[in-house]
Amino acid sequence: MTGKLRHLLLARRGGASWHWTDVASYAYLALGVLLMFGPVLWLALSSFKTPAALLEFPPSLLPMAQSEVSVPGYPQPLPLFRVTMEDGSVRELAQVRRVGIIAQMVDPAAPGQTIRVPADRRTPVRHMALAVENYTDPLTQFDFLRFLRNSLVVTVVATIITLVINSMAAYALSVYEFRGKSLAMLGVIGTLMIPITIVLAPVYLVVTKLGFVDSLWAVILPGAATPTGVFLLRQYMLTIPRDLIEAARMDKASEWRIYARIVMPLSMPALAVLAIFSVMWRWNEFLWPLAVLTKTEVHTLPIALNAFQGELQTQWHYLLAMTVVTLLPVALVFAFLQRFITSGIANTGMK
Amino acid sequence: MAGLELRGIRKDYGGTAVLKGIDLSIADGEFVVFVGPSGCGKSTLLRVIAGLETVTAGDIHIDGTEVTRTAASDRGLAMVFQSYALYPHMTVSQNMSFALENMGIAKAEISSRVDRAARMLRLTDYLQRKPAALSGGQRQRVAIGRAIVRDPKIFLFDEPLSNLDAELRVATRKELAALHAEIGGTMIYVTHDQVEAMTLADRIVVLNGGRIEQIGTPLDLYNRPANLFVAGFIGSPRMNLLPTELVRGEAAGDVTGRAATLGIRPEHVEPCQEAEADLTVRIDLVEQLGGETFLYATGPNDTPLTIRCDGQSRLVRGDLLPVRFSRDHLHRFDAAGLACRPEPLLARSHS
Repeated sequence: MTGKLRHLLLARRGGASWHWTDVASYAYLALGVLLMFGPVLWLALSSFKTPAALLEFPPSLLPMAQSEVSVPGYPQPLPLFRVTMEDGSVRELAQVRRVGIIAQMVDPAAPGQTIRVPADRRTPVRHMALAVENYTDPLTQFDFLRFLRNSLVVTVVATIITLVINSMAAYALSVYEFRGKSLAMLGVIGTLMIPITIVLAPVYLVVTKLGFVDSLWAVILPGAATPTGVFLLRQYMLTIPRDLIEAARMDKASEWRIYARIVMPLSMPALAVLAIFSVMWRWNEFLWPLAVLTKTEVHTLPIALNAFQGELQTQWHYLLAMTVVTLLPVALVFAFLQRFITSGIANTGMK
Repeated sequence: MAGLELRGIRKDYGGTAVLKGIDLSIADGEFVVFVGPSGCGKSTLLRVIAGLETVTAGDIHIDGTEVTRTAASDRGLAMVFQSYALYPHMTVSQNMSFALENMGIAKAEISSRVDRAARMLRLTDYLQRKPAALSGGQRQRVAIGRAIVRDPKIFLFDEPLSNLDAELRVATRKELAALHAEIGGTMIYVTHDQVEAMTLADRIVVLNGGRIEQIGTPLDLYNRPANLFVAGFIGSPRMNLLPTELVRGEAAGDVTGRAATLGIRPEHVEPCQEAEADLTVRIDLVEQLGGETFLYATGPNDTPLTIRCDGQSRLVRGDLLPVRFSRDHLHRFDAAGLACRPEPLLARSHS
């Protein structure tokens, strides 16, 4: 494992020394990693910051908090500073209060004596502190689990319906010859050009008439058949040799069996790609659920996260933490399905 | 097992006629080979019989039952494809049992049939492998096995050996002949290789341009070609075809008086004394095969002539060689390319 990792991180184009192209490649890849993972890392680290640390300027990368110390004679813990004294020595003192440019400090070791120090002579002593309450508070107060469940139901059910319906359409459009086939395909592709904002109102009316408002079906059904999915699967199915389908027909297989036993297993890579897309679309979908899900108990995660963003203030610490939690399932799905994608790419080299 | 009857089969693609009226009757247990150059319609004819293509006109009877409009899956035929069309995601045993499962046969019966076919085709050790892990010859046998297990009314083979290398092709050809002897089914085999046709067939159907040129046993076609096309197509190296006026002496003389072209097979041309020669040719190329020698020569008017001699030859390029045609083996064709019959000499030699 570590050997593989070493190989991955230190691979060169060959030869013993580093060629300039090696350096250039690594620099380019490092830039790519920084651009793609930088924001995610920033998000993850920031999600552990306290509200005060989030607003701090200049910002720190790691979640830090100022150290505090309990000093006898003072009821509250006092913030700890590192102070450069007039004689040049450096001492760690606790601050009692600050008046203008002068800070009243006290040595925790000798609490009886107050020391007056210019405010610009001290720097806060800080340590790394994870604000875990950013995660725990919403999970208890905010009904996170319910929203997670809603999002899961929408994503899983919608993805299954999408895969089944789209693959059937793609099967018909790739395997059968019938009059108007190209026209049907053109119609499917044509709907790609209509943005959701245009059809929002009419679809809303349809959903209302069907009585789906404030039920998860209102989110699941309208997007179940996607032109992108039909197109993607059809293009892939066109690459399945016709001989296989004809062989299955000779083998007395019904059309349903050919679809289920031959075409679906062979389309696995394309289905995996569509599943990843569908999960990402459904998990992150915002505008449409916002329109049709008005009751809190049917909110999905993105809508629920929106609640942290008020008109006057935004609870960034909760928002960031819950965003991290929201990202996790999609990342897991991708990690699980990506081997199908790579195998799909590898398969294209097969005869 | 069953016989097959084709009556007036026509097949058009758009405006192009691919099959122009095929009448053919195949007896139960017969091994019939369709042979012809590329584009002659032999594969289309096989697909029409299989039910993978619909006919434009004419009808098809299997065992006396009309099946012209019956779907491929309901005709009870098995087909071996040129590409083998093995299901890549299934193991060898799943490939072979797929059709049986579709037919609703009991599990125990399926496994016994698959085992029997695997033993017959020496595939027992490979039953759990996927097609990708098999060699070309093994895939070929799986494709045949998939047909055998079904115990079909008729076996259809679409150029099954064309993807194998020369050595394996000869070996598999022998196995196919042995297989036919063993299971004795009606087999229809399409090939463009006339050696396969000659060695395998009970009867050969020579197709050209969507029409049947001649039907007959291999030796029948070899000895009594009905027209110039069959004369030129069957036999390797091909028959020498010479304009009648080129040949001096009595060889040119024919009873019917209609002959425009004279045909003589390479093995029936013999070097001779100048005095009794029918033709004097100049040697262009000498192919020494050890046991036999092929001489490629040019006669008057640049007419090519191939001569087969037993044993080895001392002739070299540029030599002039007087040759004589065996009187018993002359073929005469009229201006339309049809054999001139009755032909007393030939008739006598084969009666």
